[in-house]
Amino acid sequence: MDSQRKKVLEQVLNLVTSPKDRSSVSLVCKDWYDVERHSRRHVFIGNCYSVSPEIVTRRFPNIRSVTLKGRPRFSDFNLVPPNWGGDVRPWLDVFAAEYPQLEELRLKRMTVSDESLEFLAASFADFKALSLLSCDGFSTDGLEAIATDCKNLTELDIQENDIDDKSGDWLSCFPENFTSMEILNFSCLNSDVDFDALESLVSRCKSLKVLKVNKTVTLDQLRSLLNHAPQLLELGTGSFWQELTPSQHSELERVFSNCKNLHALSGLWQATALYLPVLYPVCTNLTFLNLSYAATLQSWDLAKLVANCPHLRRLWVLDTVEDKGLEAVGSNCPLLEELRVFPSSPDGDDIVDGVTESGFVAVSHGCPRLRYVLYFCWQMTNAAVATVAQNCPDITHFRLCIMTPAKPDHLTGEPMDEAFGAVVKTCTKLERLSVSGLLTDLTFEYIGKYAKNLEYLSVAFAGDSDQGMQYVMNGCPKLKKLEIRDCPFGDTALLSGLEKYESMRSLWMSACLVTMNACRSLASKVRRLNVEVMKDDENGDDSQADKVYVYRSIAGPRKDAPAFVLTF
Amino acid sequence: MVAEMEGCTRKEEEACPQLLDLIPRQRDWLVSRDIEGSSHGSSSSEEKKLELRLGPPCQNWSMERERDEKSQSLLSLGYFSSPMFSNQTQKLISSYQQQAKVGSFIHLPVNPNKASQPCCSKVVDLQNAERKGFSPAPANTAVLPNTSQKRTAPAPIVGWPPVRSFRKNLASNNSSKPAVESENVVQNKVPNGKPVETSRQGLFVKINMDGVPIGRKVDLGAYDSYQKLSSAVDELFRGLLAAQRDSCAGGTKNKQGEEKEIAGLLDGSGEYTLVYEDNEGDRMLVGDVPWQMFVSTVKRLRVLKSSELSALRLRSSKQDKMPL
Repeated sequence: MDSQRKKVLEQVLNLVTSPKDRSSVSLVCKDWYDVERHSRRHVFIGNCYSVSPEIVTRRFPNIRSVTLKGRPRFSDFNLVPPNWGGDVRPWLDVFAAEYPQLEELRLKRMTVSDESLEFLAASFADFKALSLLSCDGFSTDGLEAIATDCKNLTELDIQENDIDDKSGDWLSCFPENFTSMEILNFSCLNSDVDFDALESLVSRCKSLKVLKVNKTVTLDQLRSLLNHAPQLLELGTGSFWQELTPSQHSELERVFSNCKNLHALSGLWQATALYLPVLYPVCTNLTFLNLSYAATLQSWDLAKLVANCPHLRRLWVLDTVEDKGLEAVGSNCPLLEELRVFPSSPDGDDIVDGVTESGFVAVSHGCPRLRYVLYFCWQMTNAAVATVAQNCPDITHFRLCIMTPAKPDHLTGEPMDEAFGAVVKTCTKLERLSVSGLLTDLTFEYIGKYAKNLEYLSVAFAGDSDQGMQYVMNGCPKLKKLEIRDCPFGDTALLSGLEKYESMRSLWMSACLVTMNACRSLASKVRRLNVEVMKDDENGDDSQADKVYVYRSIAGPRKDAPAFVLTF
Repeated sequence: MVAEMEGCTRKEEEACPQLLDLIPRQRDWLVSRDIEGSSHGSSSSEEKKLELRLGPPCQNWSMERERDEKSQSLLSLGYFSSPMFSNQTQKLISSYQQQAKVGSFIHLPVNPNKASQPCCSKVVDLQNAERKGFSPAPANTAVLPNTSQKRTAPAPIVGWPPVRSFRKNLASNNSSKPAVESENVVQNKVPNGKPVETSRQGLFVKINMDGVPIGRKVDLGAYDSYQKLSSAVDELFRGLLAAQRDSCAGGTKNKQGEEKEIAGLLDGSGEYTLVYEDNEGDRMLVGDVPWQMFVSTVKRLRVLKSSELSALRLRSSKQDKMPL
């Protein structure tokens, strides 16, 4: 291919942005591979140990934006021991040398030290966007470095991190002439913010589109912020309770009614019915309402709110809204595509009724476009789940968590097999599935047989025998991620996936019946597969593998593994 | 912490191989447990007791819970499993529950529901002891759970339910105060000789107040008139409301002075009015029906700003619902 043609191809490829499409392009021929790698600006790395920074920078010399994920997802639930790994620093060192033009970094479940943040701020002159989700290892000092040195920052998104929250002073570190911020999210921090600094920042960043403050920001302060930023598209409020004077109250109503472009609303900590009516003017345009921090919101509050939200596409709530609240959603939000119901009392130490099968069915009746469901509840029935699947056949993500492990259908006493059977049979586009409740191997037989598009499966306290997992490994042609805890799946089950693991991103098995020998055998039989075992207790039985993490890698065994991680 | 607990499970498995080996991979788990019990020296009379225990599990369940709460005995380990576990899962879950209990024993020795066994290796002995002492068997028989047992109180399992710790903290921040409160109320109830379990399930209702971001629970069994309920509500929320106003006022610490009685809850003459949601989901004014009828139909209470009241379509219970 001459250089002229390469130029043309490059121009065309610049219009191809989807990572999947670009991967396909790179497989056409050597020339296309070459043009693709030189024109690639963004790279997504789903597992930071599946490849090395050297390999990435060698293949893609012109990257501007990197998304990098670290620890297995179960680390979110304390199943991965501390200091397991996933440090971003080795990546930053190589990026600083090879990608001085780097503008964007999105990290999930990685360890990011303050030194790393300082290094980042100092190394990339044109750095624009930093997003940290479920990361740890840093403090607000690191944020100070980012605020001080990233002169062109447009996005700082700090979400649900395990951060050492020393103070809110970092907000005052943005230089006086800094005006580029477009997305600012610090909703997960606890410290009082320097409000004057925040207000000044918001007032001078005229392109601010997304602002999510933490719960220390009061309603009256929010009023001031909104006064400066009526152009906001997404807002995360602080505490939504404060004794307001009538004039403050009407002023709050006024600023909200000025936010004509707002389409996403979150925060609303401590919201009670009292001030919800100020939101009604913006409700009409809302497509995303996140009430999952509003623990005091009840069914009637939600009912009144959603009655004003006819265009809602995504709704997150706590189970304090109960079935009646969900009924109101069903009758008011016909366009709903995503529903997440989180538990207000996940340990069950409070007498909260939560939501049941009837709320689930009510939503499915009223919201036929539902595609994404995350539903935490204490009881469920096979019939209800089957009805939901019938009503919403386009579901792609179905995550049902019945919080009592291995709980049967509470009306019939039957296992929940038919429920998930109905989901995989009816919802043929299903990509992600989380199962719970009392489940026999039959559930997995259904999944293996019908879930042809399934990419991501989570299993807990389920199944009878190796056969269960074997059904999944022998079916599910598109499976990428499989995470299993506390299931009677052993060596035969593990080894039944030999053919599969190369096409999968990862397999997690904890508290199952897998032995060290099987792990060793698996590693020896499949090339480019890292089989890691986390030993929790050195005095334990050496033949059992408590926590197994299997992933493909072209970088070989990782070199930073702590002592409790054995790699085969 | 995780490491400790996991290690404990394994030690337990090592220490009592017989117990685990004898759990077959079929569904007759309970039966096999009985066999295993007798193989550890229990007499035939004990076997009979075991048979008797296969009665309605719901009843057993509540008896056991009640007994647990009353005796607070460390031997009351009948750790309850959810009904109908499938064979292997049963083993895994119960080992998790035990392990979790060991954890909770260390931290919360007073919590009667989580009374634990100090030593894992004594599982078999202690289970036998439990059988001798208390006839109810763990409610893991293959019978339908009672519907009133709306949810089993789950022993804490590491990482379950799968909620990010960020969210867990969120929930505990919000519910910590009411939880403490309800425990106090439960303890206060015991001298009345009333079965704690009943009052917990039957007469506690949630109560929220406009402008107070913390929900409470109130035990209606402790009162016999609207007037007493009204004063209780005042007591519950007076301090909270003052504190709330105080903190919102921005640091002017004047707590004592600001606390004022929440009066006129029942006749609409005060700043706040007490309303309730009944079992059919209708919202009504508190005080319209005889007390006992109120108690039997109320599902939750709410203290509304009286100014908000007119905006609500309240159903007049007398005319529409319960003609007297």
